[in-house]
Amino acid sequence: MSSNISEGSPLVSIRDLHFSRAGRTIFDGIDIEIMRGKVTAIMGPSGTGKTTLLRLIGGQIRPDQGTVEVDGEVVHKLSREKLFQLRQRMGMLFQSGALLTDLTVFENVAFPLREHTDLPESVLRNLVLMKLEAVGLRGAHGLLPRELSGGMARRVALARAIVLDPKMVMYDEPFTGQDPISMGVLVKLIRELNDALGLSSIVVSHDVRETLAIADYVYVIGHGKVVGHGTPEEISNTDSPWVEQFVKGLPDGPVSFDYPAPEFIDELMHGAES
Amino acid sequence: MMDLLQQLGQVGLQAFQRLGRGSLFFFQVLLGFPDLIRRFHLVVVQLWSVGVRSLLLIVVAGTFVGMVLSLQGYNTLVDFGAEESLGVLVALSLVRELGPVVSALLFAGRAGSALTAEIGLMKATEQLAGMEMMAVDPLRRIVAPRLLGGILAMPLLAALFSALGVIGGYFVGVGLLGVDDGAFWSQMQTKVDLNDDILNGVIKSVVFGVAVTWIAVFEGYDAVPTSEGVSRATTRTVVHSSLAVLCLDFVLTALMFNG
Repeated sequence: MSSNISEGSPLVSIRDLHFSRAGRTIFDGIDIEIMRGKVTAIMGPSGTGKTTLLRLIGGQIRPDQGTVEVDGEVVHKLSREKLFQLRQRMGMLFQSGALLTDLTVFENVAFPLREHTDLPESVLRNLVLMKLEAVGLRGAHGLLPRELSGGMARRVALARAIVLDPKMVMYDEPFTGQDPISMGVLVKLIRELNDALGLSSIVVSHDVRETLAIADYVYVIGHGKVVGHGTPEEISNTDSPWVEQFVKGLPDGPVSFDYPAPEFIDELMHGAES
Repeated sequence: MMDLLQQLGQVGLQAFQRLGRGSLFFFQVLLGFPDLIRRFHLVVVQLWSVGVRSLLLIVVAGTFVGMVLSLQGYNTLVDFGAEESLGVLVALSLVRELGPVVSALLFAGRAGSALTAEIGLMKATEQLAGMEMMAVDPLRRIVAPRLLGGILAMPLLAALFSALGVIGGYFVGVGLLGVDDGAFWSQMQTKVDLNDDILNGVIKSVVFGVAVTWIAVFEGYDAVPTSEGVSRATTRTVVHSSLAVLCLDFVLTALMFNG
């Protein structure tokens, strides 16, 4: 896989990104850089568009304004063929795992290899078993997705995401809904795979403790903007009230608990009139 | 009044917009057909899923429709002393009309709804999005084999429906009502034409197969990815494809058998 830019340059550059959906602004001019070989976390409360950001990086949706550049290529300007070539260098772990329900664990992990390569069955088998071994699920290769727990399904999806040896892996809320053991396994796996395989990782999450434990750099987004960024230490010791409220999970602060609504008294009076 | 007109216009616009989207979708899927020569096993799996699994319904329905047709036809023909033409009546009704139409309606209910639900759920559980992110085009990998499987299965099911209908009709007409065995078959042989009747029936079932499977896969792919969205899409598949079959049948019958 060829790289168009040098090792020291960012793998993903997002510049002045604007995106809105159904009249609601999701991103209002954000700039993010994902460095090679690092684990970069994108954090923020639910509904701030973290998953949308991954879909923009993967070219599944187009920005209204600004650019998303991956490995030197502007994603939304690529032809479908070039975009698919670029995606072979990306792995993505969906929140649900997105495993193909009619295929076994082995076939799920083998799926990208069968689609994109012409490897002999014996080589393919060894590759799949190696990736399953890396996530600790070699023994589960004959199971169907419905026979797996949530944590196991996510690990299988992770094995599938790395089976083509991508340059980067995007994790969409990898820790949500996991028991403490599964969460610990996933935290360890993300960091170890990143370092062992020389990947670049983007972890989208709102699980503060786990994410800060493995991230090299953190972006916090809110209200469509980047409200804070820095190393985990810098984020933990921030003087920004917004970031502080998010990191410490405080109920009061600039982020309102209530969804925007008209004055309660007005609504009650209006309801009585009608 | 203006509001009503506005709403009517909006509904019309949306319908045409969907038709346009559906047509584009159909041509994009067709582009994936050459790939299927190399990976025909994907089509075989779908032939099993939409074809073989519909067999029981088609076999039972075909046999009973033939039996009822024979019973009703006999009661009318016997008044004119023409009960020996029962074989022709049963065979022509089946190969020209009932075989393709009824099997297509059953196919829409049995296989069409299953296709929509399957693709819709794949969308709702991010399997299609996951495939796209693995640089695999779901239109080629998921939709194209299902469309081709449906198109190939439909005429085979319709032929089976007609054949079993004729056997059911024979059983009632000859076995129970006493119509002459030789007359039943010989009149059928003389009057049923390979091109005018059987081939036209096959053409009808191919057209219905395209229409029903196209609607089913499009509704699944276009479904709102929620439980309610998939449920609505499944209902739309059955309703729209049934209406499409009935309308297309009228058009094709007018073109094929008018004079």
